Amino acid sequence: MANVLVNNKLAPDIYQLTVEGEYHASMGQFYMLRCWGAFPVLSRPISVHDINEGTISFLYRVSGTGTRLLSQLKPGNQLQLEGPLGRGFPEPEGRTAIIGGGMGIAPLLLAARRLPDSRVFLGFAGDPFAVSAFHAIHADVHVVSGGTIADYVEPSEYDTILACGPVPLMELLAHRTKGTGAKLFFSVEKRMACGIGACSGCTVRIDGVNRRVCVEGPVFSAGEVDFHDLLSL
Amino acid sequence: MISLACELAGVQLSNPILMASGTFGFGKPYAALYPLDKLGGIVTKGLTLQARPGNTGTRVFETDSGLINSIGLENPGIPTFLEREWEEMMQYGTAIIVNLGGGSIREYAEGAMLITEASRESKKNGRRAVDMIELNISCPNVKEGGLQYGVDTDRAREVVRAVRMATDLPLLVKLSPSARDLTEMARMCEAEGADGLSLINTIQAMAIDIRKKRSVFDGLYAGLSGPAIKPIALRMVHQVSHAVDIPVIGIGGIASAEDILEFIMAGAAAVQIGTYNFMRLRAGAALEDELRELMAQEGIRSLDEIRGII
Ligand SMILES: Cc1cc2nc3c(=O)[nH]c(=O)nc-3n(C[C@H](O)[C@H](O)[C@H](O)COP(=O)(O)OP(=O)(O)OC[C@H]3O[C@@H](n4cnc5c(N)ncnc54)[C@H](O)[C@@H]3O)c2cc1C
Ligand SMILES: Cc1cc2nc3c(=O)[nH]c(=O)nc-3n(C[C@H](O)[C@H](O)[C@H](O)COP(=O)(O)O)c2cc1C
Ligand code: FES
Repeated sequence: MANVLVNNKLAPDIYQLTVEGEYHASMGQFYMLRCWGAFPVLSRPISVHDINEGTISFLYRVSGTGTRLLSQLKPGNQLQLEGPLGRGFPEPEGRTAIIGGGMGIAPLLLAARRLPDSRVFLGFAGDPFAVSAFHAIHADVHVVSGGTIADYVEPSEYDTILACGPVPLMELLAHRTKGTGAKLFFSVEKRMACGIGACSGCTVRIDGVNRRVCVEGPVFSAGEVDFHDLLSL
Repeated sequence: MISLACELAGVQLSNPILMASGTFGFGKPYAALYPLDKLGGIVTKGLTLQARPGNTGTRVFETDSGLINSIGLENPGIPTFLEREWEEMMQYGTAIIVNLGGGSIREYAEGAMLITEASRESKKNGRRAVDMIELNISCPNVKEGGLQYGVDTDRAREVVRAVRMATDLPLLVKLSPSARDLTEMARMCEAEGADGLSLINTIQAMAIDIRKKRSVFDGLYAGLSGPAIKPIALRMVHQVSHAVDIPVIGIGGIASAEDILEFIMAGAAAVQIGTYNFMRLRAGAALEDELRELMAQEGIRSLDEIRGII
């Protein structure tokens, strides 16, 4: 059990939850969160947003029963954290771009913190949220609202691109990166039951082989990801 | 201290709490969380002779108090299991039950033979044998085999007979709640020489995505598990355990020590924990002690006192 320090509303339906404790995770890893008993049945996978001395934080959108319960947590309440889980972003080589779309910015603050020489692109369909934390720790952050953030990045200018966002954005980035020298890695979502590799519930086909998002992912090299599997969340 | 040690189909178990097929992998994901020698035993993910890729699309879907899965028996195949996983499973210090699936009677029988040979070889070398085979004729998630054998008693008989001939290991048959006549099915298994019965497998179910106007699952239907199915499972375990003399392993929505006692009172010799592992990853580390505490509170000295009293 972990102790809630802060659970702030940053924008409509967007919350940042900060929990007390010494946590070690690599950028792109996630935890299974739970602050209820038997119902709802499953715990919720949420990416590590940031880690500081004595705290870990998560950035999430209220989109159903579980995240609504998370949003009701008050300082001093307890919750269960299981993790860190999965394989996060690799240590990038050369010139690096970090690209986030909407809620996909969640796992990228930790990446931005750990990669000060990168360029960060954050795109939003509507009003931006949670971007001040990026500006506070990184010198090269570009925020765009409306359109697609992919239009603001020239993949051939980079050796490595780390991305997270809606599936259509990932597809577009995969398409535009093809044929350039840039290596694209992105974090994907799939419904999960166990989160630890026991149930094979979260697989996505990559290069014709099933990979479990919770252990072999959530970050994958763009390669031959079967987007059909991802769309069928 | 209350002893929970028990015997099941001729195999000595440290306690009657086993981990259900498909929810525990081959043990490894949980071995990283707690020592598995606390468990009564582990049932492997369903294995077939040939490797299977499983189903496409959405595979797990949460419902109120339940979980619908459409994994589709994804597994590495029995030969690869024996090569890569078996060695490590032997080290866990708990009973190993291999869950056997198949697409044809021949695949079932050959699979059973391979497991039996490997087990014999292992034992000859002074190591652990496979403790039991759990024959799965009740998987709702594959087109061929699986459930098609679990509904009709005559079709099921052919599989049970073939596998019984193929192995001298203790044999459990895992029954489906879709069996047309559950007690007839259970009595058939007993007559064909099964050493025990496991029930229930998931209940065939469905979910619809109203925006996409299609089933959530590529395979249309899938299998419901979790607390939602417990009352149905309990009734079926009660019914079957009063119809046969071989032990019955109760499965379905068990999520507490109280639930375990209910199944034992209904007549179960042992239980399996499935979906609860996802709700509480360390369930297996705690349930044995929680059961003991509950028994002490209730003044129950041994599970034999209450087994089948209802
Ligand atoms: C590896 C990973 C990291 C994630 N990181 C974040 C994050 O940092 N911030 C954030 O806001 N969201 C994140 N998500 C998505 C988040 O898990 C879902 O929004 C959340 O599970 C929804 O739960 P709910 O009860 O509010 O919604 P409901 O719709 O009530 O949930 C019903 C079921 O569907 C599952 N589900 C629904 N949407 C998703 C989804 N997008 N991905 C996976 N499962 C889903 C739920 O877990 C639950 O089992 C991540 C998902 C994954 C797989
Ligand atoms: C994700 C998942 C995978 C499963 N895979 C198998 C399997 O391979 N073979 C099998 O016999 N049962 C399988 N089952 C069924 C369980 O072993 C168990 O019978 C069922 O889930 C009911 O128990 P529960 O409510 O405690 O989960 C699976 C269940 C789940 C949830
Ligand atoms: S969620 Fe169970 S294997 Fe990934």
